[in-house]
Amino acid sequence: MSMLRRRKGSAAKKSQNSETQLDENKEKNDNHLQEKLNSNAANLKGNVNCNLKSKSDEKFRKKWNCVDNCCWFIGCICSMWWFLLFLYNAMPASFPQYVTEAITGPMPDPPGVKLAKEGLTVKHPVVFVPGIVTGGLELWEGHSCAEGLFRKRLWGGTFGEIYKRPLCWVEHMSLDNETGLDPPGIKIRPVSGLVAADYFAPGYFVWAVLIANLARIGYEEKNMYMAAYDWRISFQNTEVRDQTLSRIKSNIELMVATSGGKKVVVVPHSMGVLYFLHFMKWVEAPAPMGGGGGSNWCADHIKAVMNIGGPFLGVPKIVSGLFSAEAKDIAVARAIAPGVLDIDVFGFQTLQHVMRMTRSWDSTMSMIPKGGDTVWGGLDWSPEEGHECNAKKPRNNNMQTAGPNNGTGNSTSATGVKYGRMLAFGKDVTDLHSSEIERVDFRGAIKGNNLANITCRDVWTEYHDMGIGGVKAVADYKVYTASSILDLLHFVAPKMMKRGDAHFSHGIADDLDDKKYEHYKYWSNALETKLPMAPDMEIFSMYGVGIPTERAYVYKFSPAAECYIPFKIDTAADGGDDGPCLKGGVYSVDGDETVPVLSAGFMCAKGWRGKTRFNPSGMRTYIREYNHASPATLLEGRGTQSGAHVDIMGNFALIEDIIRVAAGATGEDLGGDQVHSDIFKWSERIKLKL
Amino acid sequence: MGSILRFLKLCVLEPVKSGELYEKKAQIKLDNEKKSFEIPKIEKKDKGSSEEKKRKRRPSKEWRCIDSCCWAIGYICTIWWLLLFMFQCLPGLKVPEPPGTRLKREGLIALHPVVMVPGIVTGGLELWEGRPCSEGLFRRRLWGGSFTEIFRRPMCWLEHLSLDNETGLDPPGIRVRAVPGLVAADYFAPGYFVWAILIENLARIGYEGKNMYMAAYDWRLSFQNTEVRDQTLSRLKSKIELLYVTNGNKKVVVVPHSMGVIYFLHFLKWVEAPPPIGGGGGPGWCAKHIKSIMNIGPAFLGVPKAVGNILSAESKDVAFIRAMAPGLLDSEILGLQTLHHVMRVSRTWDSVISLIPKGGETIWGNLDWSPEEEHVCNSAKKKYQQDFDNNGNNSDSRRLFQVQEPTKYGRIISFGKIVSDLPSSQLQTLASKEFMSNNSSSNSNAACKGLWTEYDEMSRENIRIIAENKAYTMKSLLDLLRVIAPKMMKRAEAHFSHGIAENLDDPKYNHYKYWSNPLETKLPDAPDMEIYCSYGVGIPTERSYVYKQSPSGRCNSIPFQIDSAADGSENGCLKGGVFFVDGDESIPVLSAGFMCAKGWRGKTRFNPSGISTYIREYKHKAPANLLEGRGSESGAHVDILGNVALIEDVLRVAAGASGSELGGDRIYSDIMKMSKKINIQL
Repeated sequence: MSMLRRRKGSAAKKSQNSETQLDENKEKNDNHLQEKLNSNAANLKGNVNCNLKSKSDEKFRKKWNCVDNCCWFIGCICSMWWFLLFLYNAMPASFPQYVTEAITGPMPDPPGVKLAKEGLTVKHPVVFVPGIVTGGLELWEGHSCAEGLFRKRLWGGTFGEIYKRPLCWVEHMSLDNETGLDPPGIKIRPVSGLVAADYFAPGYFVWAVLIANLARIGYEEKNMYMAAYDWRISFQNTEVRDQTLSRIKSNIELMVATSGGKKVVVVPHSMGVLYFLHFMKWVEAPAPMGGGGGSNWCADHIKAVMNIGGPFLGVPKIVSGLFSAEAKDIAVARAIAPGVLDIDVFGFQTLQHVMRMTRSWDSTMSMIPKGGDTVWGGLDWSPEEGHECNAKKPRNNNMQTAGPNNGTGNSTSATGVKYGRMLAFGKDVTDLHSSEIERVDFRGAIKGNNLANITCRDVWTEYHDMGIGGVKAVADYKVYTASSILDLLHFVAPKMMKRGDAHFSHGIADDLDDKKYEHYKYWSNALETKLPMAPDMEIFSMYGVGIPTERAYVYKFSPAAECYIPFKIDTAADGGDDGPCLKGGVYSVDGDETVPVLSAGFMCAKGWRGKTRFNPSGMRTYIREYNHASPATLLEGRGTQSGAHVDIMGNFALIEDIIRVAAGATGEDLGGDQVHSDIFKWSERIKLKL
Repeated sequence: MGSILRFLKLCVLEPVKSGELYEKKAQIKLDNEKKSFEIPKIEKKDKGSSEEKKRKRRPSKEWRCIDSCCWAIGYICTIWWLLLFMFQCLPGLKVPEPPGTRLKREGLIALHPVVMVPGIVTGGLELWEGRPCSEGLFRRRLWGGSFTEIFRRPMCWLEHLSLDNETGLDPPGIRVRAVPGLVAADYFAPGYFVWAILIENLARIGYEGKNMYMAAYDWRLSFQNTEVRDQTLSRLKSKIELLYVTNGNKKVVVVPHSMGVIYFLHFLKWVEAPPPIGGGGGPGWCAKHIKSIMNIGPAFLGVPKAVGNILSAESKDVAFIRAMAPGLLDSEILGLQTLHHVMRVSRTWDSVISLIPKGGETIWGNLDWSPEEEHVCNSAKKKYQQDFDNNGNNSDSRRLFQVQEPTKYGRIISFGKIVSDLPSSQLQTLASKEFMSNNSSSNSNAACKGLWTEYDEMSRENIRIIAENKAYTMKSLLDLLRVIAPKMMKRAEAHFSHGIAENLDDPKYNHYKYWSNPLETKLPDAPDMEIYCSYGVGIPTERSYVYKQSPSGRCNSIPFQIDSAADGSENGCLKGGVFFVDGDESIPVLSAGFMCAKGWRGKTRFNPSGISTYIREYKHKAPANLLEGRGSESGAHVDILGNVALIEDVLRVAAGASGSELGGDRIYSDIMKMSKKINIQL
């Protein structure tokens, strides 16, 4: 307020042209002075209400007073707002940076600037493949409730529509339960171009930082391409419905042709990694099912695939997401609006709505952990066992606490956490030896129909078909490993899995030359496909490490109210001091907050290393890990050294690597592997025929 | 749809209004401030009040002034919000049904993919690399959108939009690129639709991102340079091939607008030409991939407006910069030299040259003759009708009237109003050699260096000679331009040509500079293709100018300006120094329609395979009230993209109809008569 007053004062000094007006004002003022003074004095004392003792003739004035106050208040806020807005607009663009530098010291040059000084320039065109959730979706045709949203973003951007018309939004975002395609009368399509995923929401960058840095060494629209696709539908369906794969193929060919035969560098992120894996198989497969590019297409067009945070072998998070719509999952949606899904915007059934919606998305099934027990561990074994969860504690500190732990006779510190048990009902089960667990097979259990309640119809999830018997059978099986989880999902969500099984597979191939592996459902599973014959191509696995990442869950029965999801994560299950890996019902391992190291690194560390049956042409693979360092101050925003799943896209070291490769460097030039985690040790433990 | 329009308009208006409020508020504040200074004195004199009272009053006085001003603001805000809320709650007033919905009910569905080619100015441009002054604008729109940067850093903005004076490409250190995708030209500015309505209606019959493509290009560059720098033509070719394949081998329907029309003409030649210069698609490419080309507001033979623009940066031209912000260019935000700056910037844009009228005197008329000479301007018609009423059945009056005063449109530029009417024998004949030779002397002034336009290199003497020469036809005008802007014309003439071909088989016509001139190229060999010329009629359109020498001798003045005092007396075609004909406000009927009406009609030398052509004219009807926004029956150059009849035609063709199913030609103007008068070897 004082600032406002000052401004006005200075303005008043300048203008001296309203003498006559002033006189008039004076007269008026004299007339009304006394009355107003009285009322205003009352205001100052803090009495905004109109309950002063009064006579009838004063009533009008008091009423006036109320409105007056309201208006005054609004006016204050408005002018304040405008004033700030004005200041903001008048502020030079470099001001925030200046403040930051004043506080934290000079910022390092962004990698693009640094490398431009080194003389790097555009060489290879760059293709981005965004992951799940981060790509924008826009409305092309909708029901009447979505009027006025034509070509507006339903996903991405401000998400304003969730609040304005939540049910309408859910209806439009859901896909058809049977086909996994558009419901009739609704068309949601991916936004195309770099804008599709540069920012997820205003100010929340995804690809923007990378794009900006590439632009510094000379990249522009013509040699960067965002392969945006509808991340809700299964990979092959993006081709069936939108011809997205053909589009990507045509664009890559165009970019190679227009940049003088330079091959492209592909940068997929998160689920985009699997999508691009699918693409590489699709493009070389013969025409009706594939793209008909011929067996040399990848060798001719791709220089390197730089996977960022790739869930090659799936993400444990997705299991809990599908099972109970509960994990913090689908990455950013909750990170951005932590309350949205938990509060009752949709009435009481938020989670059910979310579950119904996400279960209609085929793509989520591409990320169910793959490779079964061989990769993810059995009841008594897992590749990550022995992992120290409290990474922040110095080693010697741990040695001290190890003594008392052993004294209590707890077996955890000796054998480590049994990560192989991905879902366990009750905390006690997670520690027992496999022989001590009583398990009742759920597979044959009869599903009752007594739960199917008419009142729940509008939020139908498949749980309502299961009945109490089925639900109980699930809980009685106690412990699930990666392979039995698939059975579990088949049991609790038969329709979804039936749809999903037509598009994705989660096993390990025995014989890759088997004819059946020509089917597209195997293409996105790294363990059931061969890489293309392209000996000069390079594959990078780039991911963050140093953040606890969900790996296994402790579940409990939730109080069986009629329309609820019958299971939920037992947030009370806490490891305490002896088991720091267990927290709030979730066992965590090293990773980037979403994808565990094992899933992101295994293929490059072992599965594809050298000439293996998965990599017949022996193309080189590199692991580039980036240790997570959280931003020092709030001013840094999401940090320039983050290792988190999405924030890593702003990691300077990663950006530098990408730019160098785009400008022509090979993996060797970058320095080969860069490993911080135990990925090689863990990979060693996985017995997989190569 | 109407409601959307209205809402958009509100969005546009809102910031403006709040700006006004801001000013008002400041005014109120000032007044109040004074009051608060004055009031204490008065009271002291009057009452000499006790201390208690003073304590009460002091805070209350201060309270008062802020109070009332805040109150006023709050009051206005609240009312504004209330109105806005009510407006939103109001069920949309009777909105006429959009054509897409109606046609969908008829059973039309998406069939042929649609490619849209935007015109000059309407496409957005964004910054990819800039000077330090443009910090924070990375990937923001410099052109299109809200144009806020013009106000915040005008010089910086101009610098970035200019191209290099020599090469016609980016200046070093600056990269401004076209925005890609449908967003490139759906709205030019918030609320000002270009393609948005057409897109929306296409979507109603089932179109979506996969079968629509916006061929955005950098409209500042010459056409071939878009390929050299951005590979835009290759991109367009690849996209059309992709659309063709992914939509079940359905040929595409191309919808170019304004300058996009000649850009696409260039593309047609480029794509079939052999590789180093062309796209190497082979001779059957167009026949295989293109179903029809629906040119909207085509500038086939150029736009007289462009001449005025180049000569003096003055015509109301390059569509709507001025329409959007009428005061902008005339006010002095850029110092005293606004027009100068604009001229300097627009002269670096090669594409403007592509719009200079083509075909010389054969098409545009000479000193004494022009194809439009019998055109009766609207006001004249009224006058005539009055005469008619007064004089009774005097049928001769009209004929007499016209015989006496045929407007000499052929004189595209005339210096002085008298000159525009004189018979040619009394005119000084032009010897272009004469002022060419005088060109050497230069009065370039050191003080003007910062603002160089090529005028500074010309002597006053030369300028006088030019002005004395009085009247210029299309042919001599090109010579004139070469004299006053030699560098620009040298640059541009490597990319564009404005003549008429004698012999189209001459190998020189393989050069790309002829490709965008319909009078110097053959259409591709594609007998099944269809070409439409769709344009608005019924709006007076600039055709020729009356110029005068501008008085000031200072370096920052452009030596010529339109003589806005020249007004027609009886013949209403002259107004404010401009002669008008029928057209769509930017493009005269002749330029838009001639090729379809005559040049390509049937099997001619320009159209060897006999591609069928159709003329679709849309009569302009101004919106009845403000609520309609820019109207659904407009014929204006850009607004026609919201014209219901035109949209219906495009939709029908996209859904598979042929030109004859639309009803063939649809003509309101005199285009057929005018075309007949043009003597051109076919």
